[in-house]
Amino acid sequence: MTLPQIFFAYFFVMILGLAVMVVTRRNLVHAVLWMLLMFVHIGGLYLFLNAEFFAIIQIIVYAGAILVMFLFVLLLLNVKQSLTASLFIRGWQGRAMAVVFLLLVFVISIKNLVIGPRGEYSIQRIEQQGHIKVIGEAMFNDYILPFMIIGLILFVPMIAAAVLAMRRHDGSS
Amino acid sequence: MEFLYTLIINIIKVAVVFGVTLLHVAYATYFERKVIGRMQCRLGPTEVGPMGLLQPFADMFKSLFKEDIIPTKADKAVFFIAPVIVLAPTMTSLSVIPFSEKFIIADINVGMLFILACASLSVYGIILAGWSSGSKYAFFGGIRSAAQVISYEIAMGISLASVFLMAGSVRLDEIVKAQYEYPLSMYAPHLIIGFVVFLIAAFAETNRTPFDLPEAETELVAGYLTEYSGFRYALFFLSEYVAMFIMSSIMTLCFFGGWTIPRFITDILPFLLYVPGIFWFLLKVYFFIFFYYWVRATVPRYRFDQLMKIGWKVLIPLSLFNLLLVAFVKRFVL
Amino acid sequence: MVPLSWYIVLSAGLFFIGFFTFLTRRNVLMMFLSVEIMFNSINIALIAMSHYMQDIHGQMIAFFVIANAAAGVAVGLALIIAVFRNKPSLNLEDFNLLKG
Repeated sequence: MTLPQIFFAYFFVMILGLAVMVVTRRNLVHAVLWMLLMFVHIGGLYLFLNAEFFAIIQIIVYAGAILVMFLFVLLLLNVKQSLTASLFIRGWQGRAMAVVFLLLVFVISIKNLVIGPRGEYSIQRIEQQGHIKVIGEAMFNDYILPFMIIGLILFVPMIAAAVLAMRRHDGSS
Repeated sequence: MEFLYTLIINIIKVAVVFGVTLLHVAYATYFERKVIGRMQCRLGPTEVGPMGLLQPFADMFKSLFKEDIIPTKADKAVFFIAPVIVLAPTMTSLSVIPFSEKFIIADINVGMLFILACASLSVYGIILAGWSSGSKYAFFGGIRSAAQVISYEIAMGISLASVFLMAGSVRLDEIVKAQYEYPLSMYAPHLIIGFVVFLIAAFAETNRTPFDLPEAETELVAGYLTEYSGFRYALFFLSEYVAMFIMSSIMTLCFFGGWTIPRFITDILPFLLYVPGIFWFLLKVYFFIFFYYWVRATVPRYRFDQLMKIGWKVLIPLSLFNLLLVAFVKRFVL
Repeated sequence: MVPLSWYIVLSAGLFFIGFFTFLTRRNVLMMFLSVEIMFNSINIALIAMSHYMQDIHGQMIAFFVIANAAAGVAVGLALIIAVFRNKPSLNLEDFNLLKG
């Protein structure tokens, strides 16, 4: 194994192991903590893929915004965890079968994966121009419409969340 | 061999920066007590050593030898690592700050964003410290802190975006070099709205007066710090002062020209060019740290709803307006 | 050099951990966390493929996925808070008013 492969193996084991730790926790605050560690590892993996901007965005957006929001709601609701109730929903075995079935479909389809022709954004070009500059140029030239739509998609939920979470006093809004 | 050489150089750099920062924290507390004492017509610490200069070490040894109390209701694992989660990202963000033109530990392409990422990580420590203590006061301190830091991070990020827009880069050294081309060699006069927004948000981010609601002692005992004692308390204390140092450094680098001095000064007094850049950098940083103490001594604490109102209804619209203005000026005027 | 298939395996593994949790755990917030895990696995696959095919477009999609995740979580958590006010429980099986 070469050095990059050893590093990748570390990230592979850690990310999958941490994901398992997340989903098996009974206490949700602990789950969020393991999730935070997992996000930091995924950010490290992005550095390997020459995507430093995404490594930072992963931390700022996922860890700094989404998970904090999660933790905040968790503390706000402050539910008592029951220590004895089953972790799983009734009839989870059938649902697990569905997962296995989807996994089979996935394995069959991934076997037919064909890598297309190489694009023009070589590693040297990204390193020379800087990742943020390359991303910015692509975003504001080729993807300007999706970018505006994503702005709208972010704007509407903001209003929706405010309306939903608003406490209604005395019946009127 | 080359690799080993860089490794050793980097380890020495890290050791120097961390050692100097820890010493800085020790004397920043002394400086704070002296400054606030003078502002309130007191003397501040005088007893330990000449002029009380050994006071920080006395405090340090005291907190190290105190009993480490763990509340019975606490979630022990989280209670133990919460101070570390606060301190580690704060110390890490020291590594991307250029102290002078040559002296920087990690010269990465996304320097400024890295500091923002670290700042958003250290929020966790505060929330978890509040949650894991198993006490009402600590819990409310943690929740308040979470709400406050999330709200003010947005205003801070947007006001920094205007700096990125002006400089055309997120590398801290390029931001400083871009500022040097402007008449006053700094962005503060040009981006005055962004600078004021950042200054206010920096106070809220570091939980300092007038926004120190998470640890408002009249209502919440000591907020999320209530149940901590001994060296765990010292870790929180340490990270607060390091965070102040980092916020002051960001203000210096992004708005006040970092290690450079304005060109019109060096035109008159050319011998100042021989003064090492780190001197000017630290001079500016300590000015902002003094400003922190000054505000603490003069401005009373805000109420929590006022804090939220300032964050969402004043600072965020102002910083968005500033961003639009800068984009307009950059596109059509410059 | 790390082969692309390793990244695909990692992404698939993460996706199925998330998917399994999404279908089987009873806690509503845990379902949200597993959705985030699935989003992340998709992002790993997109960015890895973008890197190996030397094309920036995969990364653009990953960017939009992240933005979408943020929007989705905001609404989802607001919905959970709204539901929680009427029925103080996070157990999925308690939300059965529409069952008739």
